[in-house]
Amino acid sequence: MFKRSDQDERQPVHIFVDGAAVEAREGDTVSAALLASGRDVRRATAVSGAPRLPYCMMGVCFDCLVTIDGVGNRQGCLVPVAGGMQIEIQKGKREIGR
Amino acid sequence: MNAVPRRDAYDVVVIGAGPAGLAATATAAEAGLSTLLLDENAGPGGQVWRAIASTPVTDRDRLGTDYWAGADLVQTVRSSAAEIIQRATVWSLDRHLEVGISVGGVSAFVKARRVILATGALERPFPIPGWSLPGVMTAGAAQTMLKSSGLVPDGRTVIAGQGPLLWLLAAQILRLGGRIDRILDTTERWNYLAALPHAFAFMTSPYFAKGLAMMREVRAKVPVVSGVSELAAAGDGRLASVTYAASSRRETIPAELLLLHQGVAPNVNLAMAVGIEHRWDDRQLSWSPVLDGCGNTSVAGIAVAGDGAGIGGAGTAVIRGRIAARAAIEALAPAAAAKLAPMTTFRASLAQAVRGRAFLDTLFRPARQFRIPTGDTIVCRCEEVTAKDILDAVAIGATGPNQLKAYCRTGMGPCQGRLCGLTVTELMAQARSKSPQEIGYYRLRAPVKPITLAELAAVPKTEADVQAVVRG
Repeated sequence: MFKRSDQDERQPVHIFVDGAAVEAREGDTVSAALLASGRDVRRATAVSGAPRLPYCMMGVCFDCLVTIDGVGNRQGCLVPVAGGMQIEIQKGKREIGR
Repeated sequence: MNAVPRRDAYDVVVIGAGPAGLAATATAAEAGLSTLLLDENAGPGGQVWRAIASTPVTDRDRLGTDYWAGADLVQTVRSSAAEIIQRATVWSLDRHLEVGISVGGVSAFVKARRVILATGALERPFPIPGWSLPGVMTAGAAQTMLKSSGLVPDGRTVIAGQGPLLWLLAAQILRLGGRIDRILDTTERWNYLAALPHAFAFMTSPYFAKGLAMMREVRAKVPVVSGVSELAAAGDGRLASVTYAASSRRETIPAELLLLHQGVAPNVNLAMAVGIEHRWDDRQLSWSPVLDGCGNTSVAGIAVAGDGAGIGGAGTAVIRGRIAARAAIEALAPAAAAKLAPMTTFRASLAQAVRGRAFLDTLFRPARQFRIPTGDTIVCRCEEVTAKDILDAVAIGATGPNQLKAYCRTGMGPCQGRLCGLTVTELMAQARSKSPQEIGYYRLRAPVKPITLAELAAVPKTEADVQAVVRG
């Protein structure tokens, strides 16, 4: 869906998506890294379980909700990646306690 | 840049580090006022200058001169005495000018003598069938990824809608080697006639030559269909095709990515939650705050600057930011204000900057069928409420957006109405034969962005606060 520009010379950052290693770049948001990864990163909505991907990428739509380092319902488009970050694609509602 | 506010009170708190917020901060800090700039993103720039201090797209021609115009202002603010906190979410503001800020999962409150809201704009909802499918995004989303991460569309891509941003985005994608298969232009043919009376002001504005050059650049490389009057996205679990109608032609084209855009609207959530009076603007088809000539709102001590005050673009936002800051300086440090350029100078620049806006607003007024959906088209993406659900609620007595919440939960999901509010107001206004002003908007309240209960519970409290809620 998206590819990286040849101008991009930023350092790689290694994150984990549902346990699998994924290479992001320094300064990527979690959502940008997920969309650039080429993986199936569709979440499922809390209401009907419908598949969604980020829509606005600017903190407005909440379609980028994702579990980051064990904390659910984070807005992936507002959180920069960090080395070793554990990301889980959220299926349905946030679980109690995370 | 630090993580938490260094003081518990400031002369001026500016919310939002886009063009208006940066200009207001620079002006206030230079006059010696203690100034705090709060911004939700990782770096300053807002949307138009997003990632200006960190973008991997370093070849300046690719993003264009309007983008790099922000670099000096960012530099000025960073070298000023102003305190800047990035990744700060402002979730509350009240009439006592107390600002609730969440940084890294911890909340704090600061007091201000003046608050300047520069919360900018968000994309106007574009509720077509299938707009919640994975693979349908806003044009602004694609531009955000392009600026901050150098990401460009790679598979079959369709851009649909209208307005200056759409052409700018297309040009930027092409310059970075991205793919666009088709542009579907939804500008209504009648709008060209309606905009004619404003054409002279537009042709003598800087928008004109830039706009034409960009459209030529894009049209040379991408097939453009104009007069598109119907639009639908379809696919099983993700976008597979886009169907459109234009004149007598109807076509379905395969697509992996659909980028939608029909203009932007003021982001009113924080301003409305404070109780600032807003009115429906029929030319811009959105709510805008009622302001005096200095950007002051109906709530004492709070001003609105930038696109949050009504869409005017980056150039206008910078001037509105300076005007709001100058008014704050006049009130708090009259001696410092005497050294600044007089307000009349700023007003003259403002008049110059808004030239051509009436033309753009009229030409790119989104068509009714793309603002007011029907049938099974989703209106509220969070709670998955359709146009039919809302019309059914109206039929059994729902009178306005706020009451509608009780019927079908519209606007009660995490986005708090940001992506359905305008649609709900116009849909209900049409169904009830009322004006949007009469129908009104959601009653918004803090927290204007979700925070966890644990974070709220951990906010420092006095013995009196605790006693106030303890059962006797």
